Amino acid sequence: MLSVDIHHMQGAFNLNAAFECGAGVTALFGPSGAGKSSVVNAIAGLIRPRAGRVVFDGETLFDSARGLHVRAGRRRFGYVFQEARLFPHLTVRQNLLYSHWFDRTLYSASDFSHVVELLGIGELLLRRPAQLSGGEKQRAAIGRALLAKPRLLLLDEPLASLDAARKQEILRYLRRLRDETRIPMIYVSHAVDEVLQLADQVVLLAAGDVVASGSVEDVMGRPDLRPGAGLFEGGAVIETQVTGVHRGDGLIMLGFDGGTLTAGNTSACVGDRMRVRIRAREVSIALEPPQQISIQNILRGRIVSVDAPGGGSVIVVIAVGSATLRARVTQRAARQLALAPGVEVYALIKALTLDQRVDGMPLNIQ
Amino acid sequence: MLSAEELDIVLLSVKVALWSVVISVPFGVAAAYVLARREFPGKSLLDALVHLPLVLPPVVVGYWLLLLFGRRGPLGQFLEEWFGIAVAFRWSGAAIACAVMSFPLMVRAMRLSMESIDPKLEAAAQTLGAGRWGVLLTITLPLALPGILTGMLLAFARSLGEFGATITFVSNIPGETQTLSLAIYALWQTPGGEAAAQRLCVLSLILSLAALLLSEAMVRRTNQRVKGYDAKR
Repeated sequence: MLSVDIHHMQGAFNLNAAFECGAGVTALFGPSGAGKSSVVNAIAGLIRPRAGRVVFDGETLFDSARGLHVRAGRRRFGYVFQEARLFPHLTVRQNLLYSHWFDRTLYSASDFSHVVELLGIGELLLRRPAQLSGGEKQRAAIGRALLAKPRLLLLDEPLASLDAARKQEILRYLRRLRDETRIPMIYVSHAVDEVLQLADQVVLLAAGDVVASGSVEDVMGRPDLRPGAGLFEGGAVIETQVTGVHRGDGLIMLGFDGGTLTAGNTSACVGDRMRVRIRAREVSIALEPPQQISIQNILRGRIVSVDAPGGGSVIVVIAVGSATLRARVTQRAARQLALAPGVEVYALIKALTLDQRVDGMPLNIQ
Repeated sequence: MLSAEELDIVLLSVKVALWSVVISVPFGVAAAYVLARREFPGKSLLDALVHLPLVLPPVVVGYWLLLLFGRRGPLGQFLEEWFGIAVAFRWSGAAIACAVMSFPLMVRAMRLSMESIDPKLEAAAQTLGAGRWGVLLTITLPLALPGILTGMLLAFARSLGEFGATITFVSNIPGETQTLSLAIYALWQTPGGEAAAQRLCVLSLILSLAALLLSEAMVRRTNQRVKGYDAKR
């Protein structure tokens, strides 16, 4: 759908980004200064890279070899910026309809009311941006981008300037957007939890280069990514479904084809789909099923490989059903237990990072 | 209160100053925009040209205007033949002299206000379908409005006091080109004219002060309207 291959220089910073992304949400992920915003600005047409190509749905938008550069206004890409960038001299309503000044055919009363309803901004329409809170501004900015009927939505760290509560609020709207509008999105972020909650694919960027790209499960599971590398910690991401809810204990049961996980959660319902991230360092390994232990999550699996990325520890990759778990243990422990491919083991998991990935909007978030 | 003569002088001064602003506003906005938002070769030369009347002796400006706009000057002939407007030794010439002399002040205020607009807003407008002119008309100019008004009022106040270029270009003709400053000067040269000159000085003070106070009030109001808050700059 979108194919990017660009080279750009900004001062001493060298950007070389080549990747493809399809439908759904693609997260452009990496630490600050990795070049994420430059990539998005190049896709939007706000900067003109030194060299390369940007092609969307077969339409070439930028090609340095042919001297082609379609200007931002003609690309029909929506852009939601970190700082909302609402026009201060216009009301929220005028901001929302701004794109229609340049293309009268965009207007449709039902689209307008749908977007206003989707983002819950009906009561803000007559206000000026200076009278809005951070979260309200960002919702209005998302609405403004949507009403330009974008073919692709670019979101550059739209949550970065918000506090934790507002973040959750906007994330809820973004999830709803993803599931209802089906507009492909490129979501720039340096926060793992946002990527987990929203993204289908990840493009990992570091110091101007694409380090990895692929599905969330694949990229997040890479063992060479750990704290200290300036990225996120390696681990496994498993798609599960809620099979049981124990409201009294505040626990839910998550089923997948390798077994059942127990996690703390008070708002999920049976049938919800959940994405679970399990950090490699939070997984221990036992050769026998342990008795009388506080750990709730014990999964049986078979070792696929034992990798030694260095630093005195090894990464044990364990197949559990069709899912893949990763455990970080010391080299000595691996030696004592004689961990090797093919060995049957029990993975003990201390804590899970849960993320709700529900169709539509979770109505009973507490 | 005011004598008929004094009233005539004040009205002429205001007419000249108003027309000088009308003449220079389109050029002022264009120069301010180009200097604030565009990069091109020769930009510093344009910048210097705009500021020239500020540092050049007004007499020199007046002399050059006479050469350009006089009966036999290239621009003077053009205006006479095509529009039937004669500017040499006429009040319209005084307005041109004031426009040139107040131009740097006007551009400076407008340019500052355009430079203070966040270019990110203009980029956002581009992503929403606006072209170069669309951005200019819907974002840059409305947001620069307080500065544009300030520039106009400063130029107006400056025009009220213009002396050197005016007297050189259009001379000191009572009822035609004799504005406040020129009248004060003429009275000062006349024996026994000091008292009348004093009255005109006070009048000129009141006019200038009123222009500045009005400018302040207008800027505050447009700022409130344009930005949704009270920003005093």
